Amino acid sequence: MSSTKQTDARITMPLGLAKRGYSGVVHHLAAADANSALSAIELESRLIELGFVEGAKVEVLHEGIVGRDPIAVRIENVTIAVRRREAMAIIVA
Amino acid sequence: MEAPLMHLALVGTPNSGKTSLFNALTGSRQKVANYPGVTVERKEGSFVTPLGRQLSVVDLPGTYSLRGRSPDEEITRDVVLGRAAGEPLPDLVLCVADSTNLRLTVRLVLELKRTGRPLMLVLNMFDIATRRGVTVDVAQLSERLDIPVVTSIAVRKGGTSELLRRTDELAAQAPIPMQQNLWQPLTVAELRATQREADRIIAATISLPAKPNTWTARIDAVVLHPLAGLAILALILFVMFQAVFAWAQPLMELLSSAFASLGLLVHDTLPTGLLQNFLQNGVISGVGSVIVFLPQIVIVFLFILLLEDFGYMARAAFLMDRIMGGAGLHGRAFIPLLSSFACAIPGIMATRVIDNRRDRLTTILIAPLMTCSARIPVYTLIISAFIPARQIWGWVDLRGLVMFGLYAAGIASALGVSFVIKFFMLRDYAPAPFMLELPDYKMPRARSIAIGVYTRAKMFLQRAGTTIFSMMVLIWFLASFPLPPAGAQDPAINYSLAAMIGKTLQPLLAPLGFNWQIAVALIPGMAAREVAVAALGTVYAIEGGKEAADQIGQVLATKWSLATALSLLAWYIFAPQCASTLAVIRRETGSWKWMAITFAYMFALAYAASFATYNIARSFGAG
Repeated sequence: MSSTKQTDARITMPLGLAKRGYSGVVHHLAAADANSALSAIELESRLIELGFVEGAKVEVLHEGIVGRDPIAVRIENVTIAVRRREAMAIIVA
Repeated sequence: MEAPLMHLALVGTPNSGKTSLFNALTGSRQKVANYPGVTVERKEGSFVTPLGRQLSVVDLPGTYSLRGRSPDEEITRDVVLGRAAGEPLPDLVLCVADSTNLRLTVRLVLELKRTGRPLMLVLNMFDIATRRGVTVDVAQLSERLDIPVVTSIAVRKGGTSELLRRTDELAAQAPIPMQQNLWQPLTVAELRATQREADRIIAATISLPAKPNTWTARIDAVVLHPLAGLAILALILFVMFQAVFAWAQPLMELLSSAFASLGLLVHDTLPTGLLQNFLQNGVISGVGSVIVFLPQIVIVFLFILLLEDFGYMARAAFLMDRIMGGAGLHGRAFIPLLSSFACAIPGIMATRVIDNRRDRLTTILIAPLMTCSARIPVYTLIISAFIPARQIWGWVDLRGLVMFGLYAAGIASALGVSFVIKFFMLRDYAPAPFMLELPDYKMPRARSIAIGVYTRAKMFLQRAGTTIFSMMVLIWFLASFPLPPAGAQDPAINYSLAAMIGKTLQPLLAPLGFNWQIAVALIPGMAAREVAVAALGTVYAIEGGKEAADQIGQVLATKWSLATALSLLAWYIFAPQCASTLAVIRRETGSWKWMAITFAYMFALAYAASFATYNIARSFGAG
């Protein structure tokens, strides 16, 4: 919540590729890039409703059994379970 | 003149403790029904404030926003906006928040404010927040949000006193001033803006502890561990089924003998005749044989409610998501399917948390394959009559193991059917998202659990008192009339309508090893599966006199072969004939087609499974 501006020097990646133990902040949402069953607008709306807004701190706490999917993500002080497919829409740095 | 009834509506995100607050406010003065036209559960209660004001309160489905992306969330939106048919516009909306976790609720409050409804924020579980080092500047928060904010501890006696006092204050200025509704579905940009504003308000009014809840992290390290997690899940389910079978036994025997003595009392008090026969064999032994299963239903709901309140249900969905995904199911389907173990009807209704229509449809189609509590009477009866009670490997009860096997068979066939649906019917299919909050673990509170179990038990007993009772009267009538001719040699029931129906159906069911008594019992079983037991009780009680009513299991053991018993167990894994489940499927899918498909595929599976079981058992010499 604290810093909404990231320095451009930081490397960004989709949260969908992050390993367990990764921590960073949300850089931006790229809902159109995720291969989700939801429309880009719907996916982005839901992610925001669950607290994924720019600058929010994220940490990958747990991974599922099959294909390390889904992942449990700590976003600020809430834990959200999300599939990697949808987490691809969350670009973190 | 008496002050007009004030209507309150509880709104909040999932896991906000809304239901425990609802329970704390209303106690057992709750009514559970459905919203008209849809089958979203409508929970309403009433209470009286310290100043004697009469209030009604509805517990609306949990939601993160008013966008209404599922039928449940649409109800919440429509009630708040006064658009729901037959629902009063709430005089006061209580937005309930988990005080340890305010971020998403504050955003919801900002959205709710646009509706112009009088609004109050309830910081629930305030004690837990304080203990964890969360400090909230309540006055500042109230000022920033420009609405009243109160703290509450729903689970503690007197924990809602501030909420009640403020409600009285607000009600005293009635009508509470309200503004125009400016709410419109929020765009992505507006959503983002409200979340940012919420974050600013939180930064100014709330300080969080440096460390997250360590207990939740510690428990999750084990419970969400890829291997240990699955083992724990399997163990929980196994303990649950052992409990359903073993713990309930003494209570069930008690109930059973109570009904038997009641029947005998009636038998001895009344003169021999139709009335005596009706009361003893139709009413008491019929309804009694269903009510006996109350302890088991209470235990099933006790487990489900405990796991839900503890916060484990969401973890189970997390663990099962990909595994169920392999069979074409959504992780969120786990909770509806688990509820289906109690009864497919609430399970099918709970599929509304799945917003993708195809995922939801698949879940609805297989939910009746989960072994519902109404099958327990049938299983229990047959198992105790035919399976010896002994321990294997020193500690496992053989009967419990057979029970577990039947549950496992139900689950396996559900996964199989789901896989077939995915493969053949819904091929062009992109998996719907799985997004679920994993709430912090919380100690379940006895009072809240007790109210939940009580409400369910009451629903079951009401069903026993209405649907099941009327079916019992019908089956007794079918089994008693026409009266046998004078000087008849055979038992009276052999001359009855029931025998005629049963004997007509019998050729169809003969390949399964079913005799005509079973065929008769399956007919009223359409009203509710457990009625089949009562019907068998009635059929055999009338045939064998009063001794038979006491010990229906023993009677079955002498009348049926083991192959027949096993075949009936196999039939009941699928048991296609529950009319209320079919009716709910019709209502939830909005089409007769899916209802017919469900009935047809379950009937086919039941027939095939029974046929195979009967013939295999006979080839092993159990015929």
